[in-house]
Amino acid sequence: MPVFYERRQLVTPGDLLAENDYMAGENTHKENGRIYATRVGLVNYEDKRVYVVALKSFYVPIVGDTVIGKVVEVTLGGWVVNIRAPYVAMLRASDALERPFKPQKDDLPSLFDVGDMLIAKIVAYDRTRDPLLTILERGLGKITRGQIIEITPTKIPRVIGKQGSMIIMLKQETGCQITVGQNGRILISGKSPEDERLAVMAIRKIEQEAHTTGLTDRVTEMLRKEKGEKEVVKNVTQETGKTD
Amino acid sequence: MSHKKPEKLIDENDVRLDGRKLNEMRPVKIEVGVLGNADGSAYIEQGKNKILAAVYGPREVHPKHLALPDRAVLRCRYHMAPFSVQERKSPAPSRRELELSKVMRESLEPSIFTEYYPRTSIDLFIEVLQADGGTRCAGITVASVALVDAGLPMRDLVSACAAGKVDGRLVLDLTDVEDKGGEADLPLAYLPNANAITLLQMDGMMTGEEFEHVVNLALDGCKQVSQIQREALRAKYSVAKEAEAEKEGAEAGEE
Amino acid sequence: MSSIIASRVRQKRVAQLISHGKRLDGRELNDYREVQVEAGLIERAEGSARVRLGKTEVLVGVKFEMGEPFPDTPNEGVLTVNAELVPLASPTFEPGPPDENSIELARVVDRGIRESKAIATEELVIEPGKKVFVVFVDVYVLNHDGNLIDASCLAALAALLNTKMFNYEVKEGEVKIKPGYKPLPIRNYPVSVTFAKINDKLVVDPWLEEEQVMDARLTMTIEKDGKICAIQKGGYGYFTAEQVIEASKIARQKAEEQRKLVMKE
Repeated sequence: MPVFYERRQLVTPGDLLAENDYMAGENTHKENGRIYATRVGLVNYEDKRVYVVALKSFYVPIVGDTVIGKVVEVTLGGWVVNIRAPYVAMLRASDALERPFKPQKDDLPSLFDVGDMLIAKIVAYDRTRDPLLTILERGLGKITRGQIIEITPTKIPRVIGKQGSMIIMLKQETGCQITVGQNGRILISGKSPEDERLAVMAIRKIEQEAHTTGLTDRVTEMLRKEKGEKEVVKNVTQETGKTD
Repeated sequence: MSHKKPEKLIDENDVRLDGRKLNEMRPVKIEVGVLGNADGSAYIEQGKNKILAAVYGPREVHPKHLALPDRAVLRCRYHMAPFSVQERKSPAPSRRELELSKVMRESLEPSIFTEYYPRTSIDLFIEVLQADGGTRCAGITVASVALVDAGLPMRDLVSACAAGKVDGRLVLDLTDVEDKGGEADLPLAYLPNANAITLLQMDGMMTGEEFEHVVNLALDGCKQVSQIQREALRAKYSVAKEAEAEKEGAEAGEE
Repeated sequence: MSSIIASRVRQKRVAQLISHGKRLDGRELNDYREVQVEAGLIERAEGSARVRLGKTEVLVGVKFEMGEPFPDTPNEGVLTVNAELVPLASPTFEPGPPDENSIELARVVDRGIRESKAIATEELVIEPGKKVFVVFVDVYVLNHDGNLIDASCLAALAALLNTKMFNYEVKEGEVKIKPGYKPLPIRNYPVSVTFAKINDKLVVDPWLEEEQVMDARLTMTIEKDGKICAIQKGGYGYFTAEQVIEASKIARQKAEEQRKLVMKE
């Protein structure tokens, strides 16, 4: 049962990871009984399964994923939506209207126009056609306020955290609504631009340090420090009577 | 501006004009992820060669009729900047650039799992900023790294190197002067794990025995190039060498 | 209407047979199709030849012009090779500027002639450094049934052997044509041998259906003394180092056979 690397070693495509007994997991490929890495990442061996946690990859649609998309085209029957994937996604007019689409009566651009951002779910996707979206569930639909930032899709799980621990903390500490799209886009909507800025800062830090331990604590600490300093500045200006 | 061909390209001690031994490659330096907009990019310096590669994709194919139903289509453009050579070259694509674009594409495509992304295109751009012989090989080498940087799933890296015959001796990695003044030049691209030669061209004259030696010399060069490519990728991503999946972290998001 | 999309069943058959060392048209793996060479059929051209390799048909015409030499070879004539995949040759050829396939074809044919120094270009100088003959070799593909490279190289060689230059003298800087002709000075006879790799086997002279199932193509051009003067790998697959060496050995032998067919014309 030969393996050729240690756990969490950095491997590159074409590196021979294991032979024979092992099963080929994510980002690996088995050929003639040999398992090779297909992406750059950290290799892991788990119960006879070898996989690579990719350090650089792009989002591939999965049915059921929540994504944040941008309308790029209004067509005869719906909208073409960019979801930062190799394929554009489609939102049918009948889905958005919750009833059959009547071309003469319904004006699609008034619902969603080019440039609008929306939160949607992928309802269908296979090799033969582009992913299909829906906005019919709660929490889905056009984005009307807040700001959207983009991060590498591979870091999204870190932003959510184990059992949501990270994102719950972020929402608490910043007081913002945060919606995470699996495709690497995050919507932040806060009571003030200052709160939103804190959330963005935290997420950027998570993106940078995704590979480290104790991250949730450090991010919490950073946020509290930032907020604390803000309080100090506010007090100082009140005392001196100067306004910002 | 014309340049006189040097009398001898290799001296009696088998030392080449630039001081190299017969089987010595020029120094190679590769940087990964150098462009902000491209999905993947890399830069190479090999001797005086300076080449930039960028990848966009997988993305929607335009025009749509070029899409393939069962895999991604790889498009490749090899282009030399007008200032890259001694005599300014017109920016319009030459026949040579078109041929090289084709053979380079054919050398790289076998390394990509294109079947994972049907109906998309992977667009590869190779720009030669400065040329000194062996640009197609250096171009393939840096393009392969750019494809990895784009996060595409690959069978292996493609490594390329040329070998040939100059002043009667068999040499590795010819410069422009050696190519023009020598007897033969043989560019070769290789996937080391599969023992697969994906680019093989030759112009010049050599016997069957010489050919066998030169092929082996080039394969040796490719193996050296492969090491350098991997080191460059490791250097770029080594920051994340500490455990990625941590206590707080990855909610099985990758799997 | 003809379609070039081969049925899957047929494709499988072609490939399967080759695994067993046989080809659908009955040839051995190393056999060429029947070759017919006809020279001199286009009188307006200084030289011409048509080659039929099986059903593949290529016509090559050679024309002369006078022009300037290249700056780095002031005492040599100029060779230019161009290829056209004429739309009538195949349902897949479309009219328009040369695409990468016709450019590759032209450059491979060119490489064989140029690197083997087949044409004695030093004898094409009219006024050193100023005026030389430019030899235009135009490859015209008339029917595509596979292996355009070998058919084109054979036709180009036959055309060059058939080419006649007018006699001339230089008087007061002007070129004056004199009666009579002399043959274009040819010193070498390059012949290309193309292989297809199918199911890990090398087959010589793939015809169209074999080209449609092949992994990759390898061409080696051999000059009169058995040296290799050009190599071109094409297609999306690969060759192992061993296959490449093996091909070079087979190529030298096959080239000699093919050369005899053209030379006796």
